[in-house]
Amino acid sequence: MMTTPEAADPPAGIHSLWRLRGYLRPHVAALSIMAAAAVAAVGLTITIPLVTKAIIDGPITDRDLGALLPLGLLALGLGVLEAFLIWVRRWVQSNAVLGLETEIRHDLYERLQELPMSFHTRWESGQLLSRATQDLSSIRRFAGFGLLFLVLNILQVTVVTGVLLHLYWPLGLVVAATTVPVVWLSMRFEKAYVVVSRRVQDEQGDLATRAEEGAVGIRVIKSFGRSEHVSEQYEAAARTLYATSMDKVRLSARFFTFLEVIPNCAVVIVLLSGAIGVGKGLLTPGELVAFITLLLSLVWPVASLGVILAMAQEAMTSSARILEIFDIEPDIVGGTQTIAEPRGHLRFEGVEFAFPDSDEPVLRGVDLEIRPGETVALVGATGSGKTVLTALVPRLFDVTGGRVTIDGVDVRELDLGHLRSLVATAFEEPTLFSMSARENLTLGRADATDAEVEQALDVAQADFVHDLPWGLDTRVGEQGLSLSGGQRQRLALARAVLAQPKILVLDDTLSALDVHTEKLVEEALQRVLADTTGLIVAHRASTVLLADRVALLQDGRITHVGDHRELLATVPAYRDLLGSDADLPVLEDEVPA
Amino acid sequence: MTTETPEIPPETPPEVPVDETTSWRGLAEVDADEAAERMTAGTLGGGSKRLLRELLAPYKRAIQVLIGIVVLENAARLAIPYLVKEGIDTGIPPIREHDDLEPLLVIVGIVLVATITQALARQLFLVRSGQIGQDILFEIRRRVFRHFQALSPAFHDGYTSGRVISRQTSDVDAIYEMLETGFDGLVTAALTLVGTAGLLLFLDVKLGLVALTCGPFLAWLTMWFRRESAKSYKVTREKVALVIVHFVESMGGIRAVQAFRREPRNQEIFDDVNDQYRRANLVAFRLVAWFMPGIRLIGNVTIGVVLLYGGYRAYHGDVTVGVLAAFLLYLRQFFEPMMEISQFYNTFQSASAALDKLAGVLDEEPSVPEPTDPVELSGGVGGELRFDHVAFEYVAGRPVLPDLDLTVPAGQTLALVGTTGAGKTTLAKLATRFYDPTAGRVLLDGTDLRDLRTDDLRDAVVMVTQENYLFSGTIADNIRFGRPDATFDEVVAATTALGAHDFISAMPDGYDTDVANSGGRLSAGQRQLVAFARAFLADPAVLILDEATSSLDVPSERLVQQALRTVLAGRTAVIIAHRLSTVEIADRVLVMEHGRIVEDGAPADLVAGGGGRYSELHEAWLESLA
Repeated sequence: MMTTPEAADPPAGIHSLWRLRGYLRPHVAALSIMAAAAVAAVGLTITIPLVTKAIIDGPITDRDLGALLPLGLLALGLGVLEAFLIWVRRWVQSNAVLGLETEIRHDLYERLQELPMSFHTRWESGQLLSRATQDLSSIRRFAGFGLLFLVLNILQVTVVTGVLLHLYWPLGLVVAATTVPVVWLSMRFEKAYVVVSRRVQDEQGDLATRAEEGAVGIRVIKSFGRSEHVSEQYEAAARTLYATSMDKVRLSARFFTFLEVIPNCAVVIVLLSGAIGVGKGLLTPGELVAFITLLLSLVWPVASLGVILAMAQEAMTSSARILEIFDIEPDIVGGTQTIAEPRGHLRFEGVEFAFPDSDEPVLRGVDLEIRPGETVALVGATGSGKTVLTALVPRLFDVTGGRVTIDGVDVRELDLGHLRSLVATAFEEPTLFSMSARENLTLGRADATDAEVEQALDVAQADFVHDLPWGLDTRVGEQGLSLSGGQRQRLALARAVLAQPKILVLDDTLSALDVHTEKLVEEALQRVLADTTGLIVAHRASTVLLADRVALLQDGRITHVGDHRELLATVPAYRDLLGSDADLPVLEDEVPA
Repeated sequence: MTTETPEIPPETPPEVPVDETTSWRGLAEVDADEAAERMTAGTLGGGSKRLLRELLAPYKRAIQVLIGIVVLENAARLAIPYLVKEGIDTGIPPIREHDDLEPLLVIVGIVLVATITQALARQLFLVRSGQIGQDILFEIRRRVFRHFQALSPAFHDGYTSGRVISRQTSDVDAIYEMLETGFDGLVTAALTLVGTAGLLLFLDVKLGLVALTCGPFLAWLTMWFRRESAKSYKVTREKVALVIVHFVESMGGIRAVQAFRREPRNQEIFDDVNDQYRRANLVAFRLVAWFMPGIRLIGNVTIGVVLLYGGYRAYHGDVTVGVLAAFLLYLRQFFEPMMEISQFYNTFQSASAALDKLAGVLDEEPSVPEPTDPVELSGGVGGELRFDHVAFEYVAGRPVLPDLDLTVPAGQTLALVGTTGAGKTTLAKLATRFYDPTAGRVLLDGTDLRDLRTDDLRDAVVMVTQENYLFSGTIADNIRFGRPDATFDEVVAATTALGAHDFISAMPDGYDTDVANSGGRLSAGQRQLVAFARAFLADPAVLILDEATSSLDVPSERLVQQALRTVLAGRTAVIIAHRLSTVEIADRVLVMEHGRIVEDGAPADLVAGGGGRYSELHEAWLESLA
């Protein structure tokens, strides 16, 4: 999975962050403690140099040894207190900001699960993931660090400048005057830095895409002997990235050098004028030392203001990206009705459907009735809309015209959970999650008994599960044991059967099975389908034979309904699809995996 | 399934991982990448040490120069507090006594020079070290990509594309991160520690020794932090991986999630992993919450003690006020880099794990090596393909092809029919030298494939599989993939022969339509037609089709079959077929079973002979048509 370079970010502003304030509410107490501890620690940072000054001017210069011990112990005590306050701030903060992050992530996931297929077909999971991870981290950083220090640093700069002005006003004035350009410059640097970092990220994305192509397409590349060609393309992209990265290196070299140079320049000025001041008796030696120490303590708060402001900007963008998801209302919302004694009478009445981003309708008025217990096979060319038609029943998509009814009730009026308990689908591309085989099987019925699981496995001819290293407890899917296409389809089929639906939809579920296994599955399915309404998308004659009737989908409509042989004899289009060619039967069973 | 890569069942029941706390995940073996993460922190494996040495070797001189620069920079930086001391101690008295500014101006002048030196050296260091870092990164990227390209399909069959990608993205990024922030931080921190300690002792031995008693405490705290954060880092990585996997899979499989009303259970699981991640993060945050104030505590106590003891000694005139001031400034510098180490450490750790994984990949040898003494195919390729007593096994002791002896004369179209696992795909993979035979030889026009340069072989033999991968770029780019110098007319000729010209022309931008943007709009069948056009345009002497038409629906397949008759004329072709109509266009059919040829002949002869497997199939097929 790759994150595609994303389109423009949604407009971000302070209001985006403000809208997330509700998440801070449970942590108000912690945040108050945090702020109090931080303010107190800043106070101490300012006080300790003043104690130093008192020691130099008092005991040392004025020869007052008696004052040394209490002042020294005071400095020591304040130092310990400062460390303690930092501990309190960090300790309390970690709990609060992680809580905040976790809660937003919970809500984000919840919302994403509610959003319908029409949303998920438009959004790649990579884009969603970057919201659930990177964007949340940037909000967390701002909430726990940026916001606090934005206030604190301004406070610290103000107070220290005041103290400096009080100590020796001409020098204090110099310091106060320099803060503004420093903040301004560091902000500008930071902005340029963000721009070049973005460019580096984009180019890294391009490079990742090429790496992906080199990996996924390796067999094609090898077949055509084009390794040299793709390697050169990759290197060209890596060279572009190299150039941009060097821009970034040069920029940050300037930035960080600048940050290091300011304090030294300040020292030059303060030392020159301060020493003259001491020489002329305008300033005590202790004051000069305190002055330098205090001045140095200002460097970080001043310089970091720019960084923090950039961080705030980033957090605003991130929150706007997250709110973008929260602001999408799920357009498939369940109704209120339930069917007390469902029979599974399925009807499509003038059903029309067009994908959200397309004007061209896929279905243009489908009429089809499947009576309780009946099984209908759906046949049509690739891209004729068979899969979408089946997805309309459990409302993975909604019709754009006409209606789908179960036992006479429009599916849009049914409670969504209830509706989806009536219908189960075994998809052509079986999705397995990186979980135990059992968890994958009981997706639709967490409370299924072992006997029921066995029965479903039996119908789907999926007994191979027992031969996996840990049986039903074996992790399958991406992060677990990999299964063959046929095995995965059989698990998906067992999953659908286990849900014990009134209406069973098989979307070309048996395509990866060899003929022998397919035959066994079909025999078992016959029993299940005897009292279940069935809708089967079929590409093979053998699958069609499972059904009582066949419906031919052409140009968005059902053009013919009838018995397989009848259609074969009378409808040329049908013969084109199924008749004139059969799959070559494979002679024996698949290789055991 | 078209690939016959056997999944090897574990010989001995694998150990049950002990850290499974939740049953829903199920049990699985620990994979190699995770194992690399679990390695003890901060120690590099032998392979990665070698790789690191190799990568750094060209920069030996540059690094020596860099070290010179960084020492200069730090010397200038460390001189400044000392100069402040000089300013106070020797600059002020002359002003006080006889209004003589000169000594002070000299000192301030030196401070200015030191400042400028430091700035220039720092700038130079950052740019130069950044450049070396980028050079190394480029070299890693180049090597890894080329190495993955060079590794045989056998390797890629076992090493998922996901892992190949993450080697080249997240692992390289981890190294990038370290080069960007870590190196500078580490060097500066080390030099500052040593330099400051030396200067403190130089300024005043007794006061210096007192100040440096904080050393053991610092060392202990840092070691504790290093150990604990290594542990917590590992846990955090595992937990975030759980969150990401569950998140991505839920979103990727949202259709099944919604269809089976999985949302509540998913939410339950997500809340669980989300909370585990929170707790793991909390542990990590709290480590820092101890470490940072801990360093500050040691620093503040040291400053307090220096003030007390230094004040006492200053009172007695043993040290000057300037020395005391310099001490306070130096101690600030002493403790600052210690704080940064905490941030640097995780970066270093993930970079070393990444380096280990990359070194592991680079140590893999291609199992299909280039010939040392290649043979030229003189005077064009005829296309005769011969399997000379070829044996092959993926797993030792489990032969897929026990002893295959087969000659495909130039220009013949051969269809392979047989069960899954009969060895058809293996035969195709041997003919394209994706694998080398375990015994025997595969010969093209009488030359062993192992003696041909890969480039020559790929020009002569091209395989099309069901896996119709399209690269980003336009449709025309994709068709030209095998022959970038083909003219547009040649491209159109290839698509027209396949009946693909019409649908491509009907796309919004025709041949210039970007496949990535309209990826969803190209149906599987259309993608396959583009893949076919790609192969035909490459114009190989031998064409191998491994179930290449199976994703086409019947009408499209029929179109392709018509095209095949013309395109395959005068070309050697091996077709692994799953529909009888495909077999019908062949000159010769092989029925394979368990790696052996059980029937061999022209399709009509086999049917006419009767009683054989092929004629049974044929009869069954005729029946289904009735």
